[in-house]
Amino acid sequence: MKKELIQLQHISKSFGGNQVLDDLNLSIHENSFVTLLGPSGCGKTTILRIIGGFEHPDEGKVIFDGQDITGMAPNKRQLNTVFQKYALFTHMDVAENIAFGLKIKNKPSSYIKDKIKYALKLVNLEGFEHRMPNSLSGGQQQRVAIARAIVNEPKVLLLDEPLGALDLKLRQDMQYELIRLKNELGITFVYVTHDQEEALTMSDHIVVMNQGYIQQEGSPEKIYNEPENAFVADFIGDSNIIHATMVRDKLVNILGTNFECVDTGFGENNPVDVVIRPEDIELVPRGKGTLPAVVTGVIFKGVHYEMDVEAGGYEWLVHSTRLNEVGSEVDISVDPFNIQVMNKPESEDEEALSVEDA
Amino acid sequence: MFSNRKTSVIMSSPYLAWALIFIIVPIGMIFYYGLTDTTGAFTFKNIAAIAQPEHAKALWLAVELAVISTLICFLLAYPLGMILARNKMSSEGILTTLIILPMWMNFLLRTLSWVTLLENRGVLNSILGALHLPQLHIINTPAAIVVGMVYDFLPFMILPIYNSLAKIDDEVINAAQDLGANKFQTLWRVILPLSAPGIISGVTMVFIPSLTTFAISSMLGGSKILLIGNVIEQEFTLTYDWHLGSGLSLILMIFIVINMVVSMLSDQKED
Ligand SMILES: Nc1ncnc2c1ncn2[C@@H]1O[C@H](COP(=O)(O)OP(=O)(O)O)[C@@H](O)[C@H]1O
Ligand SMILES: [Mg+2]
Repeated sequence: MKKELIQLQHISKSFGGNQVLDDLNLSIHENSFVTLLGPSGCGKTTILRIIGGFEHPDEGKVIFDGQDITGMAPNKRQLNTVFQKYALFTHMDVAENIAFGLKIKNKPSSYIKDKIKYALKLVNLEGFEHRMPNSLSGGQQQRVAIARAIVNEPKVLLLDEPLGALDLKLRQDMQYELIRLKNELGITFVYVTHDQEEALTMSDHIVVMNQGYIQQEGSPEKIYNEPENAFVADFIGDSNIIHATMVRDKLVNILGTNFECVDTGFGENNPVDVVIRPEDIELVPRGKGTLPAVVTGVIFKGVHYEMDVEAGGYEWLVHSTRLNEVGSEVDISVDPFNIQVMNKPESEDEEALSVEDA
Repeated sequence: MFSNRKTSVIMSSPYLAWALIFIIVPIGMIFYYGLTDTTGAFTFKNIAAIAQPEHAKALWLAVELAVISTLICFLLAYPLGMILARNKMSSEGILTTLIILPMWMNFLLRTLSWVTLLENRGVLNSILGALHLPQLHIINTPAAIVVGMVYDFLPFMILPIYNSLAKIDDEVINAAQDLGANKFQTLWRVILPLSAPGIISGVTMVFIPSLTTFAISSMLGGSKILLIGNVIEQEFTLTYDWHLGSGLSLILMIFIVINMVVSMLSDQKED
């Protein structure tokens, strides 16, 4: 297990009467790419600002490299931030922007020169030294903001939705650039986004949040394949989330039909939620599957067909490369290990767990 | 297109006429009088008259007092602008009451009220007397003129500085701190340069009227202290030497043009 570089311990924060974070605990390991993922307004930026020192928690501690830095001023912390709107110094050219932190630390000018060169190469902006920030595109400004941060050799880079303002193509390019950068620098990235695809692509570790509460943490695969509750299942990709009853271990009753599954430990005849990914549902000829169904809609998506299927009084979402025409009478079949059983939300965090339309 | 242009000419004609009658013609007349003598012959002597000791002294004193009051206005306005810009929510109300409201009061009345305050037997000295503190004799001194200038022109410094400070994104200030800058370094390297356009227009808007005033200096400076504005005023209203008055006005205009060029250049750099 890698060393814990940052620990947030029992952090609470409210603005006015609005409780944004409530007794939040989070550990960030050295050299990991950690993503805070959640819908807008769930408190991601607030967590990042607390780590950066721009916001002070009402309660709790921030531990950095074993040291309590809760009250430390931002300029004393060994980490740097890439701000959501870049926040470049518009009165300085690109080179001066990048040199800012180094000049503050009184580094020799030859060192600063080398660093500017190195950083511009790293972010693919060679030759941009004397451009003014306002003459650059959003993507280029973003790279300058990253270069400006990394020349200071922080142990941790905090990035707040750094790709949010870019168009899709550029965003995808930048995702790979950031992963490359992270590997080259060998430092810890704490990344904030509300885009689940981005989180799945880039992270080693994802922290899914809703309304200030951590819903689930883990590797992208784990988060995607084994969501622990309906919120996570719904937020990470398209899913069928269905109320069901756990008949006994390894058998769940979905919409009146028993399905075999692999989950155990949910008791007998207990209400649960099940999540089934659209690509895990097979449509087979009538009589060959578990649950009779009728195709009610088809959209061609390029890679696959997206089909709406009515079965047992529920509208299922199915992804398949094989087309079934509208009106086809088929059966739904699901492999047992593709049925993910989850506990129903419990009272305390119920509100935070409630599935909202994204 | 054609009809559009025609309409725009018709629409703007009142303003063009206004500009012609009240700006172009007077300036033309000042140039005419300033560059001619009583016979109507071309001459530079009205302009060269600035070299006469009493004129040079008046100009120098005017520049000196204008620089001092501009500096004081800046030192008062900048911190106030920072405080107001940092609390944007509540600022608008405070800004109006504190700064705009006094501006609605007549400028001469406001200046006159300082006479009452600063007089040897005025309000200030009565208070000092009641507190058994030494009396202040500043009426009819350059100090009283500076007080008047600062009071009258301070709003013109505060407003542009506040505007340029309010435009600075908080995140930019956070970014400076994130990169290791302390409060002073943030002010010096980020906030001050970013508010330079506001500082330049504030300085212009205080310096020019301070340099050219004759009302403040004649009310608070008594008859003995003459600024260049007073000299010019006297040439027009007492001596009736319009040629000399215009010649000296042209000298002042040089200062104004320099100031305008500087602020225009800094505006261009912004874009
Ligand atoms: N400075 C602030 N003053 C008042 N409310 C704030 C402030 N910052 C954040 N909030 C509130 O806190 C909540 C979480 O905000 P934020 O951390 O920015 O969410 P996210 O980054 O996940 O979108 C929101 O409801 C937001 O309105
Ligand atoms: Mg945010």
